[in-house]
Amino acid sequence: MGGERMSFEKCVDCDAQVTVPDDAVNGEIVNCPDCGLDFEVVVGPQGRSIKPVVIEKEDWGE
Amino acid sequence: MVKLGLLYDQLRPDERLIIEAAKRDGIDLTLYDTDQLAWDVTSQDDGIELADAFLQRCISYFRSIHVTAALEGRGKTVVNSYRASSTCGNKLIASIALSRENIPTPRTFVAFTQDGSLKALERLGYPAVLKPIVGSWGRLVAQLKDPETATAILEPREYMHPIQQVYYLQEKIKRPERDIRCYVIGDQAVAAIYRNAPPGEWRTNTARGGVAENLAVTPELSEISVRAAEAVGGGAFGVDLMETDSGFVVHEVNHTTEFKNTVRVTGVDIPKLLLQYTIDQVKA
Repeated sequence: MGGERMSFEKCVDCDAQVTVPDDAVNGEIVNCPDCGLDFEVVVGPQGRSIKPVVIEKEDWGE
Repeated sequence: MVKLGLLYDQLRPDERLIIEAAKRDGIDLTLYDTDQLAWDVTSQDDGIELADAFLQRCISYFRSIHVTAALEGRGKTVVNSYRASSTCGNKLIASIALSRENIPTPRTFVAFTQDGSLKALERLGYPAVLKPIVGSWGRLVAQLKDPETATAILEPREYMHPIQQVYYLQEKIKRPERDIRCYVIGDQAVAAIYRNAPPGEWRTNTARGGVAENLAVTPELSEISVRAAEAVGGGAFGVDLMETDSGFVVHEVNHTTEFKNTVRVTGVDIPKLLLQYTIDQVKA
């Protein structure tokens, strides 16, 4: 098994680099390592991008 | 080789840690997006290829227990089982399960109306805590400091979904501004953290900004945590405990536990242990 492959996107809040695994699925949550902001991965024809996310639904969480 | 499946509704960094652990250890792990799942639950073979065993990682409680039930109907192993998940996911049923096994847990009443709740609170005493029986991340959890506060908080619940009218009322335990999360996998307590409440917040959920801190697993902590896990049906859990003058009190057992902060502060490879445990369940 090979190592983790990834690309990077900029955090909209603090400009830090957010890691996006190359096999990230649509809707996957990734965090900004500096400010902790959550992003959702969007898989589109142009590749993977990220957008800030609200993940709470009625019965979600632990 | 055992084929594992990871069931999800939204992949979080916690599930990403499981995926990367599987890659590192050469484990055959397939992702199952439950948004796309559809199968005939009255058939044992409708052509859908299923793994041998599954890690249930759906965030949605209702979705997770129903997917798990459907897979168990196909004879598949799911961690955690329907029995354990449905017990843990409902705080009232979990309190009953813990209590039946004599595991110290906060004194808890159930009532079904505002009047019934106020009667329960007279017996329970103030301050008390009102929690939704299903729900998490500390949402809709309220402190009831006196009858006036209780009335103000209970009244709007009468207009909410009927599940919010199962009033789960619990004594407020005098504890430090922190609680403990102990991770149990099978019969082992593998890691523990303090969850320190952030400034101005009494809830310690890391989703509420609670700060994780490594805690060594003592024999006493291990014993009560493993017993709590067994009381809800056995599997892999995050057991939440409070420290009191008379020892630990278990207030919750979580069945699809988030662990990324625990892995970070304890260095324990919980994803690897979870994968191995699931494989072992198939071989057992």
